[in-house]
Amino acid sequence: MAQAVPAEQKWWSGGKSPFNVEYGKLMMWYFLMSDAFTFGAFLISYGTIRFASNSWPDPNEVFQSFPGLGSGLPLLFVSLMTFILIISSVTMVLAVQAGHAMDKKSVVRNLVLTIIGGIAFLSCQAWEWSHLYHEGAWWGSNPFLNADGTKATTNFSNFFFTITGFHGFHVFSGVVINIIMLIMTLNNVFERKGHYLMIEKAGLYWHFVDLVWVFVFTVFYLV
Amino acid sequence: MSQEVNLNDQVGAMTTHEVHHDEHHGHHHKETFITKYVFSQDHKMIAKQFLITGIIWAIIGGLFSVMFRLQLGFPNETFPFLENILGKWAAGGKIQPEFYYALTTMHGTVLVFFVLTAGLSGTFSNFLIPLQVGARDMASPFMNMLSYWFFFVASIIMISSLFVQTGPASGGWTVYPPLSALGDASEGSKIGMDLWLIAMALFVVNSLLGSLNYISTILNMRTKGMSMTRMPLTIWALFFTAVLGVLSFPVLLSGFILLLFDRHAGTSFYLSDIFLASTQKALPNEGGSAILYQHLFWFLGHPEVYIIILPTMGLVSDVMSANARKPIFGYMAMVGSMFAIAVLAFLVWAHHMFVTGLNPFLGAFFVLLTLLIAVPSAIKVFNWLTTLWRGNLRFTPGMLFSIGFVSLFISGGLTGIFLGNSTLDIHLHDTYFVIAHFHIVMGVSAFFGMFAGLYHWFPKMYGRYMNNTLAYIHFWITLVGAYLIFWPMHYQGLAGVPRRYLDFSGWESFNQFDGLNRFISIVTIMVFAVQLLFVFNFFYSIFKGRRVTTQNPWGATSLEWTTPINPGHGNWEGEIPEVHRWAYDYGKDGRDFIPQTEPISANESPESKH
Repeated sequence: MAQAVPAEQKWWSGGKSPFNVEYGKLMMWYFLMSDAFTFGAFLISYGTIRFASNSWPDPNEVFQSFPGLGSGLPLLFVSLMTFILIISSVTMVLAVQAGHAMDKKSVVRNLVLTIIGGIAFLSCQAWEWSHLYHEGAWWGSNPFLNADGTKATTNFSNFFFTITGFHGFHVFSGVVINIIMLIMTLNNVFERKGHYLMIEKAGLYWHFVDLVWVFVFTVFYLV
Repeated sequence: MSQEVNLNDQVGAMTTHEVHHDEHHGHHHKETFITKYVFSQDHKMIAKQFLITGIIWAIIGGLFSVMFRLQLGFPNETFPFLENILGKWAAGGKIQPEFYYALTTMHGTVLVFFVLTAGLSGTFSNFLIPLQVGARDMASPFMNMLSYWFFFVASIIMISSLFVQTGPASGGWTVYPPLSALGDASEGSKIGMDLWLIAMALFVVNSLLGSLNYISTILNMRTKGMSMTRMPLTIWALFFTAVLGVLSFPVLLSGFILLLFDRHAGTSFYLSDIFLASTQKALPNEGGSAILYQHLFWFLGHPEVYIIILPTMGLVSDVMSANARKPIFGYMAMVGSMFAIAVLAFLVWAHHMFVTGLNPFLGAFFVLLTLLIAVPSAIKVFNWLTTLWRGNLRFTPGMLFSIGFVSLFISGGLTGIFLGNSTLDIHLHDTYFVIAHFHIVMGVSAFFGMFAGLYHWFPKMYGRYMNNTLAYIHFWITLVGAYLIFWPMHYQGLAGVPRRYLDFSGWESFNQFDGLNRFISIVTIMVFAVQLLFVFNFFYSIFKGRRVTTQNPWGATSLEWTTPINPGHGNWEGEIPEVHRWAYDYGKDGRDFIPQTEPISANESPESKH
C-alpha cells in the first residue's frame, strides 16, 4: 500500500479493501503477470527455435553500428538505448515518490523526463530498425551469416523484429499512458483526488516494460 | 466506477465512514435505454448480455454439429434444404468436404470459446461474484463493460468469417500450422483463417479484462465478515477460473501473433521444409517448428478445459448443497482440490501431443502429472456424492442437472485415465474415443453445470421462474441423449474409427458402424431440438414466467438471496449486509437453513469444521 494506512484499520465492508490495497493496483499486478506470460511465450519460443538450430548469427557482428560513428562498435548503441530506458525508470520512480509527497511540480518534471526517455528509446529503436532494414534484414529475410560461417535461417531477424517490435509497442503504450498522466497532473486531477495513486500504477507498468527489456536485451544482444 | 473514488475518500480523509459509500449508491442515476440495456455497467446486465450472446452462439454451434451429423449418419442421402441454407458448400444437398472441415472447426471454436468460456464464465462470474461476496458491482464496471464489447466484436468477426467466399477457418479448432499458416494449403486457410485469428485475439482481450475484474473483486471487495473461507464454492471456482485465464490466454495470444507473421510476413516460426501439393512448389521457409505452435496452443488449450469445467463445479456444489438441504461435504477439500486442479492444469499440456513427435521420455512425466489430476477430481466427486448421501433432496431442475453433471463428470473422467497414458494414446489418439471423452467430460457436463446454474439463478436474474415441466423434459432427454450419442463413440474409437473423416461408408473396417452412426445422428437431432425447447423456455419465462414472490425462493444461505427480488444497480438497498458464517449452514440445530447474514447465536452448536 502506497499511502500511510494504519495497519489495524480494515475496511471490511462492501466495496472496501480487505487487503488495504486499492483494486486498480491489484489489477495492474495481475495484468503484468499476464503480460509477463505473453513475453515469456515469445522468449521461450525464440529460445526453442534458436537452440534447435545448428548455428546462429553472432550479435557482436550484427549490432555494431552507431549513428555518426560508423561501424565496428559492437553493442555500443544498444547499451545507450538500455541506459536511456533504465534512466527513464529512475525518473519514473522519482515521479511516483513526488506523488506520495503531493509535490505536483516535481511530479510534472519527472514525468516529462520519463516521457522524453521513452521517446528517446523509441527513436533509437527506429534508427536501429531502419539501419538493419537497409542492411537487408526484415521479417522473412536475414543477411547475416551464422557464427560458424554457414547461411542462417531467417528466424534470427523474424524473432528480432517481432519481439523487439512487441516490446517497442509496449514502450509506446507506456509513453502514451505517461502523457495522459502528465495531462491529468497538469489539470490538477490528482490534487483534487488527494493522491497520486494513478501515477504509481503507470509506474508499475513502466518498470515492467523496462524489466522486459532487460530480458530482451540479454537474449538478443548478449547471448 | 466509484469504488476507487470511495476508497480514495478513505485514503485521503480517514474519517469518512462506510455509510458514505452506501449513500452514494442509494439513489439511482437516471438511466436511458442505452445505458441500461446496451452500454450497461451493471454487472447483472452485463451477465445477461454474455448469457444471451452465448445462447445465440450455442444455437449456431449446435446447428453445425447437426449439419455434420447429417453427413455422418446419412452419407448417401442428399438434403436439398442444406443447399438452400449453405449454397455452394452443400451443392446438390451434400455437404462438401472442405465445408465439412469448416463445420467441425467452427463447432469446436464456437462451443469451446464463445459458449463455454465467455457464455459460461462471462455470465456467472459477472452475475454471481458481486452478489455472493457482497459488493455493489465489479471493481471496475467500465472495464467490465469493455470486456463484453470486446467479446461482441470478436463474435461479429467470427460470424462474418462464415460469409466470406473461401469460407471460415477449417483446420480444426486447434488451427495447427502448417495447414493454418499457408493460404494455399486449403480454402479455409485463406481470409477465413485471418478473421478467426483476429476474432480470437479480441476474445483474449475480453477474457483478460473480465478476469482481472473477477480476481480483484473477489480479493478486494468482499463485504464485512466475508473471509475467503466463508465464500461460496462458486466464488472459489470462478476465482481459480479467472487466474487460469489470466495466465494461459496470453500464451495463446503470442502463438497467434507468431502465426499471423508466418501467414503474412514471410517468417518461418512454425514452418520448415514444406512441399505444397496444391501448387507443386517447395517453400523457402526453413528453421521453424510446427511443434512449437502446439506447445503454445496447448499451454492455453489444457487450462482452457479447466476454465470451462471449474465454474460449473462451483455452481453445481452450491446448487447441490442448497437442494440437498445439507452442508457441502468437505468444503476445504473442495477448495484444495480446485487449487490442485488449477496448478496441475499448467503442467499437463503435452498429453495432447503424445504422438506428434514429442520425446517419449518427456511424455512419461506428462503421463504422471496427467494421472495426478484424477486425485483432486475424485475428491470432488466423492464430496458431491457424500453431499447427496442422506440429504433431503429436492429435485428441482437445477438439482437434476447438478446430479447429471456428476454422472457425466464421472463417466467422462474415467476415460481420461485411458487417454492420459502415452502408450494407449498411440492407439486412441485422433479417434472417436477422444471425441467421446472430451464431449462428455467437458462439453456436455459443462453444459449440465451451466443449466443447473441457469435454472437455479434464473429467478434472481429475471424475478421469474422457468417452466418446470419443460425443464424436466429438457433434462431427461438431454441426459439420456448425451449418453446415447457419446457412449457408442467409445466403441467406435476403440475400433480405430478416426475423427474428422467425412464419410466412413467406403471403409471396410468402419462401415460396420453405419447403423450406429445413423442412430447417433438421429439422437443428436432430437437432443438439439430439446435445447431449442430450453431456449424457448428461457425467453418465454423472461416475460411470462411465474413471478417470484419471496426474496429467497430456494431457502438458500448465500448473500444474493438477501437482495430485493429485482435488485437495482448497487444490488442492496441501504447497507450491504454483514456476513457471520459460511454459506452452508443447512439443517443445523434443527433449522432448515441459516442465512450467512445471521449472527452466530450464543447457544448455537459450534461452527461445523470445514
